[in-house]
Order: sequence, then structure tokens, then C-alpha cells
Amino acid sequence: MSKVILEVKELTTKYITRFKEDVYAVDHVSLKVEEGKSLGIAGESGCGKSTLALSLMGYYFAPLHYMSGEIIISGRNISGMNPDDVRKSVLGTEIAYIPQAAMNALNPTQKIIHFIEDVIKAHELYITKKDIYDRARKLFETLGLPAEVLQKYPVELSGGMKQRTVIATSVLLLPKVLIADEPSSALDVTSQKMVIKMLRRAMENGLIDSMIFITHELPLLKNVTDDIMVMYAGQIVEKGTAEETVFDPLHPYAKGLMGSIIVPEKGLRNAKLTSIPGVPPNLKNPPPGCRFAERCKFVRPECTTNSVGLRDVGGGRTYRCIIPEKELRESYAREMEKNAR
Amino acid sequence: MPDEKKLCLSGQGLTKVFGRGGQKTVAVDHVDFNFYESEVVSIVGESGSGKTTLAKMLLGLINSTEGDVYFQGKKRDIRSQKKKQEYWKNIQAIFQDPYSSYNIFNKIDAVLLDCIRMRGGGKLPQAKKVELMTQACSFVNLKFDELTNKYPFELSGGQMQRLMIARIFLLKPKILLADEPTSMIDACSRATILDMLMHLRNETGMTIIFITHDIGLAYYVSDSVYIMEHGKIVESGSADSVILYPSQAYTRRLINDVPKIHEAWDLSTV
Repeated sequence: MSKVILEVKELTTKYITRFKEDVYAVDHVSLKVEEGKSLGIAGESGCGKSTLALSLMGYYFAPLHYMSGEIIISGRNISGMNPDDVRKSVLGTEIAYIPQAAMNALNPTQKIIHFIEDVIKAHELYITKKDIYDRARKLFETLGLPAEVLQKYPVELSGGMKQRTVIATSVLLLPKVLIADEPSSALDVTSQKMVIKMLRRAMENGLIDSMIFITHELPLLKNVTDDIMVMYAGQIVEKGTAEETVFDPLHPYAKGLMGSIIVPEKGLRNAKLTSIPGVPPNLKNPPPGCRFAERCKFVRPECTTNSVGLRDVGGGRTYRCIIPEKELRESYAREMEKNAR
Repeated sequence: MPDEKKLCLSGQGLTKVFGRGGQKTVAVDHVDFNFYESEVVSIVGESGSGKTTLAKMLLGLINSTEGDVYFQGKKRDIRSQKKKQEYWKNIQAIFQDPYSSYNIFNKIDAVLLDCIRMRGGGKLPQAKKVELMTQACSFVNLKFDELTNKYPFELSGGQMQRLMIARIFLLKPKILLADEPTSMIDACSRATILDMLMHLRNETGMTIIFITHDIGLAYYVSDSVYIMEHGKIVESGSADSVILYPSQAYTRRLINDVPKIHEAWDLSTV
């Protein structure tokens, strides 16, 4: 068993709205990321993916509030820390976060090297410009980016290059965990591929120890990450290896999500896309039972009343449903038969 | 079926040049196309390939430098504002960003009422208008009673895009131009939106033109596909022939760069 880099136990965080209502966007989430591994988080918009990412950093600002649970990065518990301490000793060195529009972080009036200088100087006060430049150049070389970029202004770079520059900067201080929140969704396919290639390179060269990759593009997750976690309404509903989750999902929601995959492959045109009817529940007062119950095809009367725990299937696979694995599979087989006719 | 297809929108040598003198940018370069009635067409290309410029020319939002657009076999005439408005009754668009597609000062009722007025239903009794709006909203799985008195920004992205389809449902244009309609919403709502558009096509027989960079989506929805590179159409044909048996290197690259499920993703090409 390899070293566990990030361990999260029953993390719960909430938003407090201006009407003083509590919205539990991350509800008892537990996860574990080992060294050299990457974890993908999938789910539709509003399911708490990005909130989970923000919560993992331990960097809480209103309206987001920490409630309970533990975040442990290589043995150090950072949950409940003061945001100021988090900024000084956790962000960048332990956890780095790439938001969706990371490229907007660049200052249009300054060269890229200034941006990098800022990052390094915030952590190392006494460092010469030459050292910074050397370090930045070395990093760019490792990641396969041209070193000329350092002397350019953001407007001179393409969107994909800007995104890659910012990602490169985020791994500058060798964080243990890199959280990438849809790092490639604003880019075209070729730039997306370059970003992914760079992230993989950062991992191979030991710049980062592990990665959490958040996206709703399942084909991308399948190709990038080792494990996939599916979130729904603030809870984890399924967790397993990428292969298993994509080809053999257990939870009805995950099943529906996998049915919405569109890829240019033979046979796609004949397959019918399954869309899940309805909308996720309002998290201000979530339903007492299964949160997916009202959209689920296989709903049972007890679903709406009993709260549902995670069911362990073995091999690190879990799913949140009251229906046992065997019965679920039978229902899926029946469903497929019906669709075929 | 193919031989009785009626031409809906076509173009010959359509060109758009931005700038002049030494700083010319040819955004769309002598493009020919034939879109047939009740066909779903996709125009696929990377960013900067001129897809959106072509779309704007089709909509009549910008003038073409050269070439003509033919609507239902006749040369399109949009020289005056009145004629343009007449033309827009036949062609409507859904844009990429649902958040900036609405007038933020108008409530949702106003948005939908505007569509009814545009179809000449301005003098209908109020009850009839409400019925029409409710019908349009239920077509896209929205509840009209929950939406009245709300502003567009109170909706989620997926809901806004669906409301956009409700508008199209009311307007019933001959052609719908969808410029990256699903790129800002997640995969799950994407299936819903696509289903709705296909349903709308089957019901009203409109031509849908998808402008997209997502080649998987183009393959899934369209009957024929046009691939654009640097303002030129490099490859066109039926979806199956273009996507499964691409003849151009550019098309092959586009398909290769998309992560797939059953095939391995080759990262060494970039």
C-alpha cells in the first residue's frame, strides 16, 4: 500500500445564504488519494464539485463555512485552520488549486515572469531575480513549455498557452495535491490535450504527488484519472476505478450520467442518449431519504424515507443505494432489453 | 428521401474579409454550402476557423464581402431593416452563452410574450397567450407558473438554454442556428437539450444548423457535417462518412484529439 497523501474524513461544509438559510453543499464526504494517483470527480452542475474543491483547501470565506470532518495532508490536519495560516502554510506548498478560468489570473500589464516572481516572493523573501528566472525556466522546460513565454505579456499568448502558464505556476512550489477544477473546459480539443499532457508530465516528474481532477466530461476523466468519484447533491454516490465507473456504473445516477456520454466513435449514432429527467433537489432542505429518489427509475417506497448509506462492494468500490448490487444489475439488464426492442 | 430534399439555405462563394490593405484577415474564404429542409447540419472547426463569422453572415448580422446567400432558392434580400426583420422570422439563433442571451431588464414573461408578438399573436386574449407560454415551457420541462415574475438571471444555465428553446418553439422558424448551444452546460443537461432540439425538429420540420467544436456532438446529432479550417470548408458529407472515414488530415486530427471511451487517447501527437 502506497503512501496516502490526502485523506478526508466526513467533511461537511455549508453555505449560509443572506436569508440565514443553511445549504449543505458538501455532505459527509470521505476520500483518499494515494501518492502518484489521481482522483476524478464527476457530477452535474450544482452538485457540489467545486465547493468540495474549495473546502478541501481549508480556505473558508463567507458564505462558505466549515462544519465538521477532517482534512489530513500527509499526516497534517488542516481542517478548521485560520484562513490566514492556510494561505501562508498550505496553499501552494501543500495544495494548489486551478480554478476554471485560471488564465484570467494573469495581469495584462505585466509580463509572465512578474507573475511568477510574485508567487515565489510570497513564500521566499530573499531570492534574487536571476534565481527566480532560472527556476521558472527549468520548470517550463520540464513541463514542455517554451521559455520565451516568460518574457511575454498575457495578450501575446493564446488561451491554451495562458492556461498552461498558470497551471505551471501553480505547481512551482511543488504542492502535494493539485486540485484542477475544469482546467480545460474553456479550451478547444487540441489545447485541452496539451493541458492534460502537461498535467501528466508534472505528475511523472514528481512536481506534484497526486491530483484531483474535477470535470463533467466523462470521456476526459476516463482517460486522465485512476479513480472516479461521482457526486450528487453534495454527497458521493459512487466511487471506483475509472474503468469500472464508466463501463459498469452501479448507482442509478451514475448509470444515467454514463448514458449521456458523446464521443465520435462508431455506434454512437445508434445509441440513444439517456437524459435524467428532473432537477437536483434544493439543498436548503434536502429530502430525508435518498436525494436521487425523485429522479430515479428504480425508486422504491422506502427510498424517500430512509436515509441511505454507502454500500461497499469490495475492491474500493462503494455506491449509495438501498438496492443490492445483484438486483441493480438485473434491473439494468431488463432496462437494456426494453430499450433494444 | 434524398432526391426529394428541398433546398432551404445555400451559399456560393461566401467570403468575409476583416480589415483592409496590409492587415487583411480572411475569416471566411469562398465557402459553398447547401442546407436542406428539416436536415440537421453541423459546422465543425476549431476556435478561429471562422465558424461564428459564417453564422453571423447566415443570420444577416454582418454583411458578406463577397458571395451570396440563397434562402429557399431565392437570393436573400436584407438591405433594409424591414426586410431583415422579415428574414429573421425564418431564421433564429441560440447562442453559446445563455447568460448574455437575454435582456437583463426583461422578465421571462416579457421574453416569451415578445415571441408571440413576433408571430403576429399580439392581439390574442391574455388567457390564450398564457396557454401558449405554458405550452412552450412544458415542452422544455420548465414550469411556467414558477417562472413568471422572475428575471432570466435567476435561472441556471441549463434552464436559460431551455428557455431559449421555448422561444424557438413559439417562434417556429424555418431555420434554427445553434452556435455552440451546449458548450457552457454540463454533459447531463446537454443530452436533455439535444433531445429537445431533435424533438423540435421532428415536430416542426425545421432545419437546424449546429456550429460546434465538439465533433462527438456533431456526429451524434447531424445528418451532414461540414469541417472548417482557416475559413475554408475542407471536408463535407454525411456524418458517417466524414467522422468514421475522414479523408483530410485536419479532420483526422480533430477526431484524434477528442478523448474517447473505448479507444486509448494518444497524447503524443501534441
